[in-house]
Amino acid sequence: MSDILSLSLAGLRARLADRSVSATDAVSSCLERIADTEPAIEALLTVTGEAALTQAQAMDAAGPDASKPLWGVPVVVKDAICTKGVATTCASRILENFVPFYDATCVARLKEAGAILLGKANMDEFAMGSSTENSAFQKTRNPWNLDKVPGGSSGGSGATVAAGQCFAALGTDTGGSIRLPASFCGVTGIKPTYGRISRYGVVAYGSSLDQVGPLARTAEDCAVMLQVMSGHDAKDSTSAPREVPDFAAQTATRKDLKGLRLGLPEEYWGEGLTAEVRACCDQAVDAAKGLGAVVVPVKLPHTKYAIATYYIVAMAEASSNLARFDGVRYGFRHPDAKDLRDLYEMSRSEGFGEEVQRRIVLGTYVLSAGYYDAYYRKAAQVRRLIRQDFLDAFQACDVIVGPTSPFTAFGLGEKADDPLQMYLADIFTISLNLSGLPGLSMPVGLGQESGLPVGLQMFGKAWDEGTILGAANALSGALPQIGMPKI
Amino acid sequence: MAEYEAVIGLEVHAQLLTESKIFCSCSTRFGNDPNENVCPVCSGMPGVLPVLNERAVEYAAKMGMAIDCALNPVSVFARKNYFYPDLPKGYQISQFELPIAEHGKVDILVDGVAKTIGVTRIHMEEDAGKNIHSATDNASYVDLNRACVPLIEIVSEPDMRSADEAVAYLKELRSILVYLGICDGNMEEGSFRCDANVSIRPKGQEEFGTRAEIKNVNSFRNVHKAIEYEIQRQKDCLEDGEAIVQETRLYNPDKNVTASMRGKEEAHDYRYFPDPDLVPLKLDPAKLEQWKAQLPELPRVRRQRFENDFGLSANDAATITAERDLADYFEAACAAYAQPKKIANWIMSELLREMGEAKLAAAQLKLAPSDLAKLVKLVDEGVISGKIGKQIFPDLFAQGGDPEALVKAKGLVQISDSSALEEAIDAVLAASPAEVEAYKGGKTKLMGFFVGQVMKATKGQANPGLLNQLLAKKLS
Repeated sequence: MSDILSLSLAGLRARLADRSVSATDAVSSCLERIADTEPAIEALLTVTGEAALTQAQAMDAAGPDASKPLWGVPVVVKDAICTKGVATTCASRILENFVPFYDATCVARLKEAGAILLGKANMDEFAMGSSTENSAFQKTRNPWNLDKVPGGSSGGSGATVAAGQCFAALGTDTGGSIRLPASFCGVTGIKPTYGRISRYGVVAYGSSLDQVGPLARTAEDCAVMLQVMSGHDAKDSTSAPREVPDFAAQTATRKDLKGLRLGLPEEYWGEGLTAEVRACCDQAVDAAKGLGAVVVPVKLPHTKYAIATYYIVAMAEASSNLARFDGVRYGFRHPDAKDLRDLYEMSRSEGFGEEVQRRIVLGTYVLSAGYYDAYYRKAAQVRRLIRQDFLDAFQACDVIVGPTSPFTAFGLGEKADDPLQMYLADIFTISLNLSGLPGLSMPVGLGQESGLPVGLQMFGKAWDEGTILGAANALSGALPQIGMPKI
Repeated sequence: MAEYEAVIGLEVHAQLLTESKIFCSCSTRFGNDPNENVCPVCSGMPGVLPVLNERAVEYAAKMGMAIDCALNPVSVFARKNYFYPDLPKGYQISQFELPIAEHGKVDILVDGVAKTIGVTRIHMEEDAGKNIHSATDNASYVDLNRACVPLIEIVSEPDMRSADEAVAYLKELRSILVYLGICDGNMEEGSFRCDANVSIRPKGQEEFGTRAEIKNVNSFRNVHKAIEYEIQRQKDCLEDGEAIVQETRLYNPDKNVTASMRGKEEAHDYRYFPDPDLVPLKLDPAKLEQWKAQLPELPRVRRQRFENDFGLSANDAATITAERDLADYFEAACAAYAQPKKIANWIMSELLREMGEAKLAAAQLKLAPSDLAKLVKLVDEGVISGKIGKQIFPDLFAQGGDPEALVKAKGLVQISDSSALEEAIDAVLAASPAEVEAYKGGKTKLMGFFVGQVMKATKGQANPGLLNQLLAKKLS
């Protein structure tokens, strides 16, 4: 493995800037690594190697541009995010041949900042799943143990970063889809505050929950990525017209946690945690105390309703969001359809996978006449209570801390036949999306039993990504590094 | 046999005259090539998002103000979910639980009787595209030019009791929209269209009967005919002991019948829910003030003013103010010659007939209002007779220009010179000795004969007043 690949994104930037590493070197190293590891990992659905090399060579010819914070940095983008001229499938048959003629705003901003697109990451179909096993095309494996899942739905993004195929990847997080793979794959991933990054060009799953965010080796790397993508976009009315703070500065400069109040919700630290997860997370909290943090107990009493609430809201929105995949204008159209009804039924029945169809049906049900009040309206009300829990808890603390998942990466196929067990993997990540607040997952060690990465979550106040990124940066410095997996 | 009363409510869709679509920046121009006005947003590509057109909000709010609605400070866009090829996203963005405006009213006048029709709500929404079925290649095509074009839907209370009232309400609504400059009111191109909810009940009964929704009634005439037909059909049903079924019916203008399109069971469940892609629409009070100040004088106020200040009859005032252009035309003519009632008469009789035949709107006329005024004045002053005025009107209408010049060029100036007229009278009397004899013997009805003969001799140019006076003198 090339030395270049052991650099963090921030480290690579410095080398690119002083020209001790060229953009072409960076891209070639990644492409070699992809060639070596992809057969085992299967993290990527598309590799845009040639285009990436051509672009890197042109950039090298022109020389580094200090105004571009990601100049020459190779990145991977989740396949739910539209990339101009590059297939965007959402890991679904129904979009197998779909090539957008527009970039998502977040992708356009990465490109504007000088990033080089290496490829598109595998995922659970339409971001519905927690293991990336719902991809219609391939099953991505966890680089730490090829028999384990990488988490989901942004499993390809987590695996590609963990395997050293790229320096950062974009994921989307509707109920934990960035944080769970970050946790399972031993990388850092952040779901920003809802409205921080434009959703334009991000294929919608649960529109009121979806946020794009980066997965990378370190909190600092995430901060650089976040910085570039954040800020209001005229094409997304739900993106916030707010000033974007200097995340990178807030992150890299934080070395201790003096006076920082860490809230430990009892609902996240109770029964159900595996011993190794508890041990790693306890150790991290102790390390935080050692850095000067103050630990306070907090309560999030409506946590027990989060999964039910989430699935009603997300599935309702999904049932409507996925209606546009009808075989009329683009995507899969069943060749045997004889009339309009056929066209819809056959194209959608064959184009969508089982989990997607399950969620469309459930979502359709909860919005139907006579059920709307009992399900969707009620869920919207509970959602406000869940958000209020967080706002109340943040009266007493600055950051809320807990495990990302009760367990480390599970085995391929282990939960694939039991949707309910699969949904429970998101038990600690889902509330955050319902509240709209920012949260990250960082690696805090390898489980004693499984030898797999354990992730710790930090939730922040609205628009306060800087505090959790800084805290993660400081804490990471006080913990033993898990390094990179041997593949 | 029971006496029945009809109960009618109307749902009107009006296309707003914005330059761009309601949720993207594509043009709304009508008549472009299919799918020319299309972008990722209005074609429902993956991942794209709607962004609300501020101008559409302004127009919807202005309509709300114009018909005395309460404007909701916060309204919410909702998704109306159903599948159809002309609906790219698989849902229409509309408003449901919280529309932009509610509780309005529209005053109408039918046979001189004033009535107020309640307006339940106005909501904003996007239009769908258009499916085009081709018989020649046995295929269907979708044109998305119209998809995402801004509409407002204006829903009335079930306050109308006859087809006449329904049409009067529709005409008033259309007139207000056109006055506001927010809709072109063109029913043929579909920028103003309506569905009618019709039920009947025994007179005196409080509760409503079962209603049918009538679609495809896209002219005032068809609205009238479809409602009349539907009322009769429902009466026939009840009298035959059949129950009225709640259903959607399609009007067939060729056969003048309505036919069932879908029943209650087949009705769509639209699964409305708030659109998470759009933030709630908050109306800025400062902007509302500004928009309110921009409202023009509305048809009902203008109508009242025309009655009060110009002395027009209710009917003339209503007709002339129905179209903003025509009312402007009338006022311009009055400014040139302050005889509003006479000008109104010419508009009602001559101008509207010619406009109807030529299918022209007031703003498109060659005949300037000041020239119409001049014509009325020429008649008033006796320069030409009313009859001559009417004779030359079609030419004036077609070509425009100064009527005085036309009258002179054609030598049509009225003979008001008594010596010239006396010559003509003498000639007629000399040529009709028998009639003169009979008249003098008491057959005074023959006066008309002499007038006619003199008119004929003068090619209609004799001043009628003077002629009568001179004839009476000569025959006495």
